Amino acid sequence: MKKYTYSEKKDTRSGFGAGLHEAGKKNPDVVALCADLKGSLKMDAFADEFPERFIQIGIAEANMIGIAAGMTIGGKIPFTGTFANFSTGRVYDQIRQSVAYSNKNVKICASHAGLTLGEDGATHQILEDIGLMKMLPGMVVINPCDYNQTKAATIAIAEYEGPVYLRFGRPSIPVFTDPDQKFEIGKAWMVNEGTDVTIIATGHMVWKAIEAGEQLAALGIDAEIINIHTIKPLDEEAILKSLKKTGCVVTCEEHNKFGGLGESVARLLTTELPSPQEFVAVNDSFGESGTPDQLMTKYGLDTINIVEAAQKVIKRKK
Amino acid sequence: MKHTINELEDIVSQVRRDIVRMVHGCQSGHPGGSLGCAEFMTALYFETMNHSTDFKMDGKGEDLFFLSNGHISPVFYSVLARAGYFEVSELATFRKLNSRVQGHPTTHEGLPGIRIASGSLGQGMSVAIGAALTKKLNKDHSLVFSLHGDGELQEGQNWEAIMFAPHNKVDNLIATIDYNGQQIDGPTEKVLSLESLQAKFEAFGWHVITSNGNNMEDIVKTLEYAKSLTGKGRPILNLMSTQMGHGVDFMVGSHKWHGTAPNDAQLASALDQNKETLGDY
Repeated sequence: MKKYTYSEKKDTRSGFGAGLHEAGKKNPDVVALCADLKGSLKMDAFADEFPERFIQIGIAEANMIGIAAGMTIGGKIPFTGTFANFSTGRVYDQIRQSVAYSNKNVKICASHAGLTLGEDGATHQILEDIGLMKMLPGMVVINPCDYNQTKAATIAIAEYEGPVYLRFGRPSIPVFTDPDQKFEIGKAWMVNEGTDVTIIATGHMVWKAIEAGEQLAALGIDAEIINIHTIKPLDEEAILKSLKKTGCVVTCEEHNKFGGLGESVARLLTTELPSPQEFVAVNDSFGESGTPDQLMTKYGLDTINIVEAAQKVIKRKK
Repeated sequence: MKHTINELEDIVSQVRRDIVRMVHGCQSGHPGGSLGCAEFMTALYFETMNHSTDFKMDGKGEDLFFLSNGHISPVFYSVLARAGYFEVSELATFRKLNSRVQGHPTTHEGLPGIRIASGSLGQGMSVAIGAALTKKLNKDHSLVFSLHGDGELQEGQNWEAIMFAPHNKVDNLIATIDYNGQQIDGPTEKVLSLESLQAKFEAFGWHVITSNGNNMEDIVKTLEYAKSLTGKGRPILNLMSTQMGHGVDFMVGSHKWHGTAPNDAQLASALDQNKETLGDY
């Protein structure tokens, strides 16, 4: 097992804020819109340096999506920012008609995705957003794993032409990827090569997969770990190559098991390479109030859940 | 003026023929609201807007139009085709398989002149505001026009947008409400009354003007007046009275023609009432 360490914890949303600021410096067409959550989305640096390109929408998410779509006409690259629930479910039809179907170059940036918003409870969490967004034709869906990767992803999507959903979280988590990394949309990142089981993780679950890999190594299990930061388009080649070697897979995501990364992987394997699979994901439930750590434990998203799923799926190999 | 009122009215007559023929041709679509907005759409594309039929999606340096109530696509398509955006013959494919002339306007099929999909109601005001903001950032002094149904104002997103535009001094936007008082299920005042739209828009900070949308002279004059009001810190709202089904006697004023296709005899009657001026497709 390759060794990963970290010296600090940072939140992925701050990675977004830093990336947005950087993208704004690189390209004067980048504009940022927010629905009364500038601080939560860490958009302050952008807003302070480029006030004329920062648009405060107020608490009106549907209007924000429509304005963003309109702003692309004439060449702007709008980044919208609010919580993941209000970025997707609340404005699904606006995104469907005015952004995706109209093929507008809007970057829908969503913070506080998944369970780890914690104490605010289920109204402010969302576990369905990956599914909602990946079902839209032409929508790119990205869920990076730490601060550095979120920053790199934010810069990369400004340079990509077309609608993108970028998902990140609230809590501070280990920063373990390269600060100067190049982010390639749709290209899986091989975290660790192994032979016994493939662990495919996205977002905050990548670090937990690394911890699980270390525990599995101590048990004599050699796990291959892949970071799928881009859920759509899915890097099918990387996944199939790995499964040909390991023969079984565990998918890990802070999302409902219905409609998430795990289902995308299952769809691929069913048609191309039928393989035993275990899902580390929320089991068709809403969240609730609690600390992020408590919620990850209660809903089965801890390192131990990945370890157990790996042991279980290996037994199902033919 | 680029055209005389008589010339514009001749175009309208042909547009009305196109509308009823398109809806009849596929036995599907929305003739009522389309007919009611024929003068307005003709005035916009043949007289008011500075635009190019050499279509570029980004619309830099030209006036832009957004149709929010996408179901009146027949009038939009007819006016675009008659203005030269695409071949008039393509109108015959309206709502048929493999057509660029979809039931509701879309950018998806690449039809020149369409910059956003509409059909699911209530989104066009936001889009128009976005395009207007981009023009300001680009120091592009051309204007943004939009059209909305009155019933469509029941969608809440409009009021988010209506609040936003004056607060942010979006004064390069001229929005028009097709105030015909009808929607699918009946008169608007029975389905969900709008009360005073003028008072509502004014309370939000818009400069409201009124017009008779079925009087070509009035609508041309009103749009010119609206243009003179731009750049003064406030968005402009043209509250435009129309009759649903205007120009076809048996359709006038009835919500029953919101989304009903004429039969053969009704088509013949409608065509009799509107002379062929530019040649049918």
